[in-house]
Amino acid sequence: MTGLTFQATVEARRFDLALEVPEGTTLAVLGPNGAGKSTLLELVAGLLRPDSGAADWQGTAFFGPDGWLPPHRRGVALLAQEALLFPHLSVLENVAFGPRSAGDSRAASRATAQRWLDEVEAGDLAAKRPSELSGGQAQRVAIARALAADPALLLLDEPLAALDIAVTPTLRRMLRRVLAGRTAIIVTHEVLDALTLADRVVVLGHGGVVEQGDTREVLERPRHPFTAELAGLNLLLGRAVVGGLDTPVGTVAAATGLAVGTRAGAALRPSAITVHASEPRARAGVDVMRIEVRDLEPRGDAIRVRTDDLFADITPAQAAALDLVPGSAAWFAFATEDVSVYAL
Amino acid sequence: MTNTSAVPRWIVAIAAIGAVFVLLPLVAMTTRVDWSQFVALISSPASRDALALSLRTSLAATALCIVLGVPMSLVLARTSFPGARVVRALVLLPLVLPPVIGGIALLAAYGRMGLLGRTFEVLGIQIAFSTTAVVLAQAFVALPFLVLSLEGALRIAGTRYEAVAATLGASPSTVLWRVTMPLVLPAVLSGAVLSFARALGEFGATLTFAGSLQGVTRTLPLEIYLQRETDPDAAVALALVLVVVSLLVVGLTLRTSAITRRSIL
Repeated sequence: MTGLTFQATVEARRFDLALEVPEGTTLAVLGPNGAGKSTLLELVAGLLRPDSGAADWQGTAFFGPDGWLPPHRRGVALLAQEALLFPHLSVLENVAFGPRSAGDSRAASRATAQRWLDEVEAGDLAAKRPSELSGGQAQRVAIARALAADPALLLLDEPLAALDIAVTPTLRRMLRRVLAGRTAIIVTHEVLDALTLADRVVVLGHGGVVEQGDTREVLERPRHPFTAELAGLNLLLGRAVVGGLDTPVGTVAAATGLAVGTRAGAALRPSAITVHASEPRARAGVDVMRIEVRDLEPRGDAIRVRTDDLFADITPAQAAALDLVPGSAAWFAFATEDVSVYAL
Repeated sequence: MTNTSAVPRWIVAIAAIGAVFVLLPLVAMTTRVDWSQFVALISSPASRDALALSLRTSLAATALCIVLGVPMSLVLARTSFPGARVVRALVLLPLVLPPVIGGIALLAAYGRMGLLGRTFEVLGIQIAFSTTAVVLAQAFVALPFLVLSLEGALRIAGTRYEAVAATLGASPSTVLWRVTMPLVLPAVLSGAVLSFARALGEFGATLTFAGSLQGVTRTLPLEIYLQRETDPDAAVALALVLVVVSLLVVGLTLRTSAITRRSIL
């Protein structure tokens, strides 16, 4: 196949992973800290040597039994959380660094640099020093610098994580524009980054790949509790019964269309759940479950009520009225139309 | 500068005693200078020869330190090889070795009967007791200053910028010239200034390995030592000249290290 095929182990970091990135697609790698996301990028970029494994890009071996290609011959640009602009060079010289290293003349590389600076709407920063830039501006320049090197493969390591929240939407949109049609791997813990930027997603747990597939498919219909948590969804796992899904917390009434006995999952947004201190009146199309509350977690303007199986987001006013404490039982209700049931 | 963290007064008192300990001898020396004869004393042919030779050889030794020391620092800071710690310790040895021993060692290597000296002899080159020997002796004792300060700077600078440069397609040599060296340039400068200062003050190794021949190997410290026997006034006057030159060097080092700190922050 064309694109990147990758398999490597790094014993010191307990890293063992295999994946593929078809040419022209963007792969998002989601996972908790320590799952090996950054190690993956270092291996692909050539900043780290694996203990074993092989990686191949369009027929060129990055590493493998036949040898090891140094980073500057790989055509792989790495964009990190921090911009890491060379402090002794101007913005324009920073962006011209890649073309200049590739052997372009000073004039040609500067022209290329100016073009990419304009592309990321930072053309007016060309003469500035990196120390004069804001975080968002620096990251824009870093993106221009990475793209000006004309990389075949672009690696992004949480490119928006260190930025002020006010500038991330614009930068995310810009990244979507420049990543279109490119082969890229983006490491992130932001589901929004994955949904905006990636065609496919790989979810890593501490033991390796938890699940992978089409971004929307994976994130809207998670098959693994860990993925559901990342995507901010409740996931109830169970088996299809007549008229619904049998789960550990009760039967979710839904028109599943699944054969009885099929293993299935039910995904549910936490904001679609209402919490009641006493049993609400039964209504058609509404599922009600009585579950013990484990803890309450303030999250900005909402309170997340957690149980062992479900979590629901309610307002502080509702939380105060309900007077919930860990250990007390509450009734969780949701409309069946808000539940998405799918076979696993 | 404002002092935000309080230092106990007794610490300040001891520090003051330390400062007096360093400054008192220098002040005392200036009181011994015969100012009416000062210019005449420092401008005698022997003095001028010694000063010129000192500056010339110290500059040459500094250049040698840069040429050899920068690659040594890079290898020590950026690579790992078996025995690296031993190599680092040996390279830094001249820092703690009595310079006379350095001179004896240099003689053993490059002297007429030395390890390489015999080879040079065949080629018609004699190193010991020449101006070249002065430069070698100075470089031998000054090299660790440059290696030590540059290796530290390289480690502080880290490899992140170098990694970025490599992924942008820069070969290791390009990374060195366009990223690594510009980033540690202030450390190279301050290391070179320190090496120059050490070379300028070099005495023991020079005397042992190069001798004391006016205009050829008799540098300013040697001249001062010699004059002390015959003309103490001239020795004090020349000593003051060396103090002033050293002060300039120290001032320069502080300035460059301030620049280093600024560029890191």
